[in-house]
Amino acid sequence: MNAGIPLQFFLILATIMFFVGVYGFLTRRNLITILMSVELILNSVNINFMAFNRFLFPHKMEGMFFSIFIIAVAASEAAVAIAIIINIYRRFTTINVEDVNEMKY
Amino acid sequence: MNINQIMFFLFAVIIVVFSVMTVTSRRILRAAVYLLFVLVSTSGLYFMLNYQFLAAIQLTLYAGGIVVLIIFSILLTSHINQQFEPAGLKKVIFSALASAAGAIVAITTILSFQFQATEKAATEVNMHSIGMSLLSLNSDGYVLPFEVISILLIAAMIAAIVIAKKGGPVKQSNNSNQ
Repeated sequence: MNAGIPLQFFLILATIMFFVGVYGFLTRRNLITILMSVELILNSVNINFMAFNRFLFPHKMEGMFFSIFIIAVAASEAAVAIAIIINIYRRFTTINVEDVNEMKY
Repeated sequence: MNINQIMFFLFAVIIVVFSVMTVTSRRILRAAVYLLFVLVSTSGLYFMLNYQFLAAIQLTLYAGGIVVLIIFSILLTSHINQQFEPAGLKKVIFSALASAAGAIVAITTILSFQFQATEKAATEVNMHSIGMSLLSLNSDGYVLPFEVISILLIAAMIAAIVIAKKGGPVKQSNNSNQ
């Protein structure tokens, strides 16, 4: 198991995924694509937790439970975010973040 | 190079390539499908790490649940053939610089840190131990976060219904102002 794959490979992969998500979060203007970038970020954090748990503390299960809770939080966050997005679309007929600025003083 | 490494690099290449395509694709439905590929490859990584339960959760909840939810909302809110305008060059350059700087700092830190693994034997992660830990009050128990996450899920469910349900008449004045 895990023969020949150091821990650092997993961490570097998760880092790249995280910052690709950050890039998408900064450049995208559609609310749903921003939500997809946030999902990428949360997913990369999960990879980190699992790799740390398996490589450094294989006799415990903390990383796995944190990942389970992160997945649950991500699922509820996606549900509420999509409800808000649909409501915004019904009110403004657009989900472009630059057009949805009514609460801006 | 053994089969493990080959599989890891396959998954890594899929994840990196499709993550980049997710955040740069100009068609939103394709971006959602690329996100699905990323999530499925991530579950492959969990299988490689021998966490079968979490890989199954990843497949059913992320790849099955969240991506389907996102695709539904895409179909409700945008035209399939609509293409985004490319983001402004200045924005792209500065975002890429910020992301690359963060990635370089994190990767150099990872590469210079000496990780100390414990010598203890690995425990078998099966459904029995997961269920016992989730509902136990002992030092390895997670009953409090379990209860908190249950309340969070109920609150999120009610909130989603309340927010998205059809309210009174939509004010038209907001649209005419634009």
